[in-house]
Amino acid sequence: MDVYLQDIRKAFPETVALHGVSFEARPGEVHALLGENGAGKTTLMNILAGLYQPDEGSIWLGGQRRRWRSPAHAIAAGIGMVHQHFKLVPPLTVHENLLLGVRGPLWLHRRRDAARVASLAREHGLDVDPLARVWQLSMGERQRVELLRLILRDARVLVLDEPTSVLTPQESQALFATLRSLARSGRTVVFISHKLEEVLRAADRITVMRGGRAIATLRSQDARAADLAALMVGRHVTPPQPSPPPPGAPVLEVDRLTVPGDRRPLAVREVTLTVHAGEIVGVAGVAGNGQRELAEALAGLRPIASGAVRLDGRPLERATVRDRIEAGLALIPEDRLDVGLVGEMTAADNLILKSYRQPPLSRRGVLDPRAVRARARAALGRFSLAVPAEAPVRLLSGGMLQRLLLARELAEAPRAVVAMSPTRGLDVGAAADVHRALLEAQSRGTATLLLSEDLDELLLLADRLAVMYDGRISAILKRAEFDRPRIGLLMAGGAA
Amino acid sequence: MTVHVVLAWLASAVAAGTPLVFAAVGEIVAERGGVFNLGVEGMMLVGAVSGFIVAVHTRDLALAIAVAMGAAAAVALLLAVLTITLGADQAVTGLTLTLFGAGLSSFLGKPYIGIPSPVVFRPVPLPVLGDVPGLGPVLFQQNLLVYASYLLVPAVWAALSHTRPGLALRAAGEDAATADALGLNVAALRYTGVLTGGALAGLAGAYLSLAYTPAWTDNMTSGQGWIAIALVIFATWNPLRAAAGAYLFGGVEALGFRIQAVGGTTPSYFLRMLPYLFTLGVLLVVTMRSRRPGVPGNLGRPYFREERYG
Repeated sequence: MDVYLQDIRKAFPETVALHGVSFEARPGEVHALLGENGAGKTTLMNILAGLYQPDEGSIWLGGQRRRWRSPAHAIAAGIGMVHQHFKLVPPLTVHENLLLGVRGPLWLHRRRDAARVASLAREHGLDVDPLARVWQLSMGERQRVELLRLILRDARVLVLDEPTSVLTPQESQALFATLRSLARSGRTVVFISHKLEEVLRAADRITVMRGGRAIATLRSQDARAADLAALMVGRHVTPPQPSPPPPGAPVLEVDRLTVPGDRRPLAVREVTLTVHAGEIVGVAGVAGNGQRELAEALAGLRPIASGAVRLDGRPLERATVRDRIEAGLALIPEDRLDVGLVGEMTAADNLILKSYRQPPLSRRGVLDPRAVRARARAALGRFSLAVPAEAPVRLLSGGMLQRLLLARELAEAPRAVVAMSPTRGLDVGAAADVHRALLEAQSRGTATLLLSEDLDELLLLADRLAVMYDGRISAILKRAEFDRPRIGLLMAGGAA
Repeated sequence: MTVHVVLAWLASAVAAGTPLVFAAVGEIVAERGGVFNLGVEGMMLVGAVSGFIVAVHTRDLALAIAVAMGAAAAVALLLAVLTITLGADQAVTGLTLTLFGAGLSSFLGKPYIGIPSPVVFRPVPLPVLGDVPGLGPVLFQQNLLVYASYLLVPAVWAALSHTRPGLALRAAGEDAATADALGLNVAALRYTGVLTGGALAGLAGAYLSLAYTPAWTDNMTSGQGWIAIALVIFATWNPLRAAAGAYLFGGVEALGFRIQAVGGTTPSYFLRMLPYLFTLGVLLVVTMRSRRPGVPGNLGRPYFREERYG
């Protein structure tokens, strides 16, 4: 079905998200919507999906002008969207999730419905257990459930918001193959992305958005990565240049640390590592090899089985989280909003969460609101963050959340930082800012343990690289020994 | 002799537990949809007084029940408008409505204190089932409202877990944004849950004033609405378990009366405290055993579609 969005304008209380955007996509094509965070890609697609009402402009579908009063209307018209945050209800099973909002008989037949889902899944190569509860599934599996839902509802227009942000490279390839076959069957496929390479590889046409406007639409065979980057960012992004200082004394020492896991008995086995002052040690590995448990154990969020952790020679393995913070350990957790920040609180309150006990922020247990605001303003200014001070932070974009988190964690020149996938889901500009902040902390002597699934990031920033497989460190490489094929082999469990 | 005493006690446990069954099952429906109704106590009182007044004037029990459920549902509508449409805090609104219901029922019921109802629900032993030894006298020599509760509990359980509307209601309570994106009408689902809960609270109240202790006295629910809310947690939002909990509570309450009746020396105030103490104990054990099991994910959270920021 032909999709045409004409001069769409949408304003939110604090910003204008779309300034009259036009966009069109055709049946049989895979169309990429490329842009940085905040460019308005998601807002535009939410309008197509009926989740938001446009202030001005119109939606044309197959040559007819349409108006949605709710997502239900858009769904009925054949629009299906896979949101970045999956629209699945975790306590419900896969087949229950697929039935939600679908017309049908009053009574549910668990076995019959599940069998139908299973056969449809096989037909489209989207393997998933219909009776599993969604919270038990990996992100890749959840995405397959979302795609199944669109197929089940016979969506003619499929919209996917940042579909690869939660996938491994192999899963991404499989996804794009599925999208290609769905397009070939006459559907219109639109996916949102900020990654140049995948857009060039997977799309037929590319529409670039920037600052709430559609800048250009190109055929991908005519597009070059450098041109797209310039269109998307509107300026030249300089990647930060690491210039590591000579490493100092050992700061963070991990000695034969063993940590129990959630699903298996031991997630981390006898890990020994030392991070020196002014050094960034990277930890590479495929997700689920104990990186998260290691980070959580260091931060004091997970009990350990045995081993020692020292910060500046002081034993920390039995210390409370507060003691660790006061000893100078900072954490940049994987999940910004659940572990890092309090979504319902303002930016200013989030910024003082670790330091509110100290004067001048509070005296004798009483907070001084003026000092809090001044501290927040100073931190926001230092990281040039334009964040509304009074709005709950859960309404901010991922890039903004991460910058806010860094502003708090790195503000007081911590002795050591444990950073877990700090740029996941961020656009080019925000990721460069995060890297710059980490390098700046390094130049001030902070010892950094950087756990990431993004090998490029590790190769850019790390002075030494530890590879983790099945809970163990299989090798620690110096910068001169960095070699992609070798690291890839180690990540897959091979010997070095 | 002993068997007879035990059976009589069990029968009165069922009779005492029935209002809790209605109220707790109603609260489960509301909470599964995502709305925390702390106004149960007030809605029960409004149901009790309005049912009683209608019975006194019309001598029509069916009409009395209908009015009781309607009046309590009207109070629930107030809760729904305030919390679902306007996004008011659910806890504060519910508390306010409990106070409002207590005041309103006290005001309306003043002229009816001490008047006996001309019509009441009397035990109607069921033909065959009532004669089954043991079970018969306990379960099937009760009044019609008790029988209605026997049907209600499995019906609500099946509706929640095995029907499409039940699935939709659960989705609205677990994750309203998702339910909305899938084309479900979250507000309509939540209104339905709250109004159903309110009507059942009204039924619970009418049971008290027309069947259990057929008369109107001020504050005659004596905190049973709160017990019902606690039962919902104890039952982990499952109607079958809520019914079991309600009869347990009824049993402890009936035990107090029995001990008094046989002339025990325990102070009556202590005996009347027993059921509440028991509830506290059960809650303590249940919550210690597992961390908040089965809480609907979006319980207590208002939902507005376009709330976001750039």
